[in-house]
Amino acid sequence: MASFLTKPQTVDPATVKGWGVDADPRNDPTYPYRVRSDGEARGMTWDRPSLQKPRVEVLRSVEHNRLPAVLGTSVPPRGASGAIRRGAFRYSESDWRHWLMLLAADRADMVEGLLDDLARGRLPNIPAEMGVRAEWRHNRAGLIRKAAVVAVVSAAAILLLRRRRRYRRQDREHAVRAWPEASMQDGRRS
Amino acid sequence: MLAADYRGPYRVRAGHKALPRIEHPQDAIVRVTRSCICGSDLHLYRGLVPDTRVGMTFGHEFCGIVEEVGPEVEALKPGDHVLVPFNIACGRCHFCRQGLFGNCHEANAEATAAGGIYGYSHTAGGYDGGQAEFARVPYADVGPTLIPDWMDPDDAVLLTDVVPTGYQAAEMGGIQKGDTVVVFGAGPVGIMAARCAWLFGAGRVIVIDHVHYRLEFAQAYCPAEVYDFREIEDMAVFIKRQTDSIGADVCIDAVGADAVGSALHSLLGKRLKLEAGSAIALHWAINSVRKGGIVSIVGVYGPTGNVVPIGNVLNKGITIRANQASVKRLLPRLIDHVRAGNIDPKALITHRMALDEVSDGYRIFAAKLDGCIKPVLYPNGGQ
Ligand SMILES: NC(=O)c1ccc[n+]([C@@H]2O[C@H](COP(=O)([O-])OP(=O)(O)OC[C@H]3O[C@@H](n4cnc5c(N)ncnc54)[C@H](O)[C@@H]3O)[C@@H](O)[C@H]2O)c1
Ligand SMILES: [Zn+2]
Ligand SMILES: [Zn+2]
Repeated sequence: MASFLTKPQTVDPATVKGWGVDADPRNDPTYPYRVRSDGEARGMTWDRPSLQKPRVEVLRSVEHNRLPAVLGTSVPPRGASGAIRRGAFRYSESDWRHWLMLLAADRADMVEGLLDDLARGRLPNIPAEMGVRAEWRHNRAGLIRKAAVVAVVSAAAILLLRRRRRYRRQDREHAVRAWPEASMQDGRRS
Repeated sequence: MLAADYRGPYRVRAGHKALPRIEHPQDAIVRVTRSCICGSDLHLYRGLVPDTRVGMTFGHEFCGIVEEVGPEVEALKPGDHVLVPFNIACGRCHFCRQGLFGNCHEANAEATAAGGIYGYSHTAGGYDGGQAEFARVPYADVGPTLIPDWMDPDDAVLLTDVVPTGYQAAEMGGIQKGDTVVVFGAGPVGIMAARCAWLFGAGRVIVIDHVHYRLEFAQAYCPAEVYDFREIEDMAVFIKRQTDSIGADVCIDAVGADAVGSALHSLLGKRLKLEAGSAIALHWAINSVRKGGIVSIVGVYGPTGNVVPIGNVLNKGITIRANQASVKRLLPRLIDHVRAGNIDPKALITHRMALDEVSDGYRIFAAKLDGCIKPVLYPNGGQ
């Protein structure tokens, strides 16, 4: 099968019967955004600004054919999150993998950020970073309610886990008592 | 210098960072005097925007005093007090030349779909923002605009985003005299969109939210008819009943990805991340507008995708218009409006805080505590 990708297929509008007979510049739903005064200057033909020399690693969308003239240099990719980000940039902005990998990288970055803090001997005050002081000042009842719910839920969870463990231990003892050979056979008795 | 530092979802703290420096001949460094927290920052804060890196400084709505300029900067000089549009724009590319300053092609390496925005993740170019004592401002001759001496800097800082975005929301609605306009969202942007709808000749303006103090503010400030969506069983039916069973002429989505009001969308979009946030406000907008009507979107969504009733867009012949606001294009008109008293931006500011209170600022704004509409940080004591 021949591929459409390899054959030249340019169509010259001048050769098309009826070309432009219904063209109407008023039919423009982008009014007043698109100023069209510079007529034929289409495409990437503008007089570019000076180019910034990247001094840190800048990831580039595969949809760009070149780096833009200015670049953001905040937090270049680093660590495991950086590796995931680099991987994500193999895919286009149109590909879900690009964005899902970046979201995964963001979560990894959060963990790395925490480790980074600890490595610098800093224990981050997470409640303060989350603005707990504001909640205390302006939503005290809500904050207490939230804290109470968290306390009750975690207490219940701990209780449940403990009980489950106790039952499991009893079950095991019971099983051992009931089928001594069997349990000896798979060598788990002790 | 002191700067806001993102540490992960719901965690922002004030910390020390290296001073920004000139990295391109058209850069300027400004000493920040005012810097808002925006509803857009909340999408970052909640971890919804991909490639939001730990250690970034947010903040795309700021004013400041020019401290230093690069060798190619001609229009600005140290000492100038400027307001900085949130779009980073070259002024020369195919898009900037058409007035699409929010869609510049020379400002964002990481994505082609979005332009460059200060402090708005690497998906918007990876620039540190203005919630800091100093900020790097690229293309300093293009965006930054001198604050006129008669203008209060508190008004100026809202001209960097909220006012132009609200104005453009109304403008994209193609509002004709007498039109019924429904605005979803009574945050700063929705309030401003409703205010501006009148400037275009709306006949009725209806604002929908569920936060009562905001609805009350909108009712008086815009002014507008306001409703709490929690008291409404079905939004489309409600708007139809309000409009002689036809639907609104124009619906504006000023909510975006953090919308509440649909358990399904919240689960899919916010918890499972299978959608780019919850698009329930947009869903309501599409289903509440009349046939042949216009839906104007300024609420921000992530880059993946959302479940919206696109079949109804087709069947109803709806025109959808959307963009990041093109701040520079609108500034001259909006400065006139502020001068004439048609728009009173600083009335939206409810909280004025120091930069080191940034963690609390985010919480107050995100959780809508203490009657918050718009919080503004004052780095360097506002000087
Ligand atoms: N296009 C742009 O250039 C641009 C610029 C600035 C902000 N934005 C976007 O505009 C949106 C609003 O910004 P803001 O600063 O006003 O934010 P905000 O968070 O203060 O306001 C959003 C409001 O929407 C309300 N809301 C939530 N769910 C709703 C629903 N289903 N129906 C109606 N209202 C609902 C919330 O209660 C809140 O009051 C955000 O998405 C922001 O990112 C866009
Ligand atoms: Zn903003
Ligand atoms: Zn440009």
